[in-house]
Amino acid sequence: MIQNLPIDITNSSLVIRELITRLRVCDVMSTDMITARRSDTLRTVQLQMKERGITGVPIAENGRVFGIVSVDDIIQALDEGHINDRVDAHMTKNVVLLEEYLPLSLAVSQFQRYSYGRFPVVNKEGLLVGIISSRDILTKLLVEINREVDRLETLIPASVPTSDRPNGFREFTIKQYDLDNGGKATESIKKLCESIGLDSRTCRRIAVIVYELEINLAIHSYGGVISCSYTPECFRIVSRDNGPGIADRDLAVTPGFTTANDWVKSLGFGAGMGLPNIKRVADEFHITSAKGHGTVVTVSVNLVQTGGGETK
Amino acid sequence: MKLDVLMNRINGTIAYTPPDMPDIRGAYTSDLLSDVMANANEGDLLITVQAHINTIAVCSLVGIAAVVFCSGRAVTGDVLAAAQTKNVAVATTDANQFAVSGEIYAMLREG
Repeated sequence: MIQNLPIDITNSSLVIRELITRLRVCDVMSTDMITARRSDTLRTVQLQMKERGITGVPIAENGRVFGIVSVDDIIQALDEGHINDRVDAHMTKNVVLLEEYLPLSLAVSQFQRYSYGRFPVVNKEGLLVGIISSRDILTKLLVEINREVDRLETLIPASVPTSDRPNGFREFTIKQYDLDNGGKATESIKKLCESIGLDSRTCRRIAVIVYELEINLAIHSYGGVISCSYTPECFRIVSRDNGPGIADRDLAVTPGFTTANDWVKSLGFGAGMGLPNIKRVADEFHITSAKGHGTVVTVSVNLVQTGGGETK
Repeated sequence: MKLDVLMNRINGTIAYTPPDMPDIRGAYTSDLLSDVMANANEGDLLITVQAHINTIAVCSLVGIAAVVFCSGRAVTGDVLAAAQTKNVAVATTDANQFAVSGEIYAMLREG
């Protein structure tokens, strides 16, 4: 039984705070509960607990709550040999009750204030209508958070509206540390280049650019998107990520400079060659970035021979 | 020179080849994939210790015909599967990159 709910009422994310304020106790409580009477024996309550797999039973008659018996009370009764006594001789009488229309945030604070595993819930007339446990709260929050995440995901717009997409637009999402798929975006773009009849040297230059950008996103960023488009004159590749940003752009394009970790290096990446490689084969190369923000790298390759861009 | 002939010379074991045994004319030795990406030539044999699927991905992108994993690095199942999908020949050897490079260099020069 979780006694202390791991929910910070004041400092949680906005979504959680909004949820625990919006939800009411009656949205979360169980109404399928069992109660016992004052005249029942503790043995009867023990058997009820065992049968239903629960750890607390309210003592109520005609909706009026007189007390509560927890599994701790039962253990004590067994220990001290009074398991066959009447319930009202040993139940907890000062029961903390929650009113059904209270916001869930208040219920959470009650769980944190008292070490009880559950609270009986009453209506305005003070009659028992349900019981709420920390498990009920966590289960409900999980369901609601999932729903909220689904809703938020539908709000994320495609980074470029379809109608505004230029010729041959392709977009690839790269996840942080996902090296297992390293090269897949490049492979796809290389096929695109071959299919539109670019010569093999140009295909290779574009492949180098996309590959380095792809690996950079996986090993240095929190994840990002690579998009490509082309006109008869120019092939353009843009890499956008969500951070953490580059502290010193000049240093970042210096061959051999790297901030990669040992794991990345052990796989043959992070040698400080990525951006310099791109710069070397590109006709145009531009980075905007700031520490703590995302990075945007824009690279162009001319498709009309102008003599620019060193090729291998 | 055919890959199987080259591998015989360095006590290499071929884990996978496409139906046609690759004919190797050049080779490139590197453990940095960015370096391979930038400088290896199409049709080359890659000599490396980087025995993982990213190496196969780079070989496929550059058009490298075959890779030999040195210093006893094994071919894992995912690497083998990637090699088969992308038609990149894969071999292993206990020798290190220096020794393998030396032997291959001499053989390719002699023709």
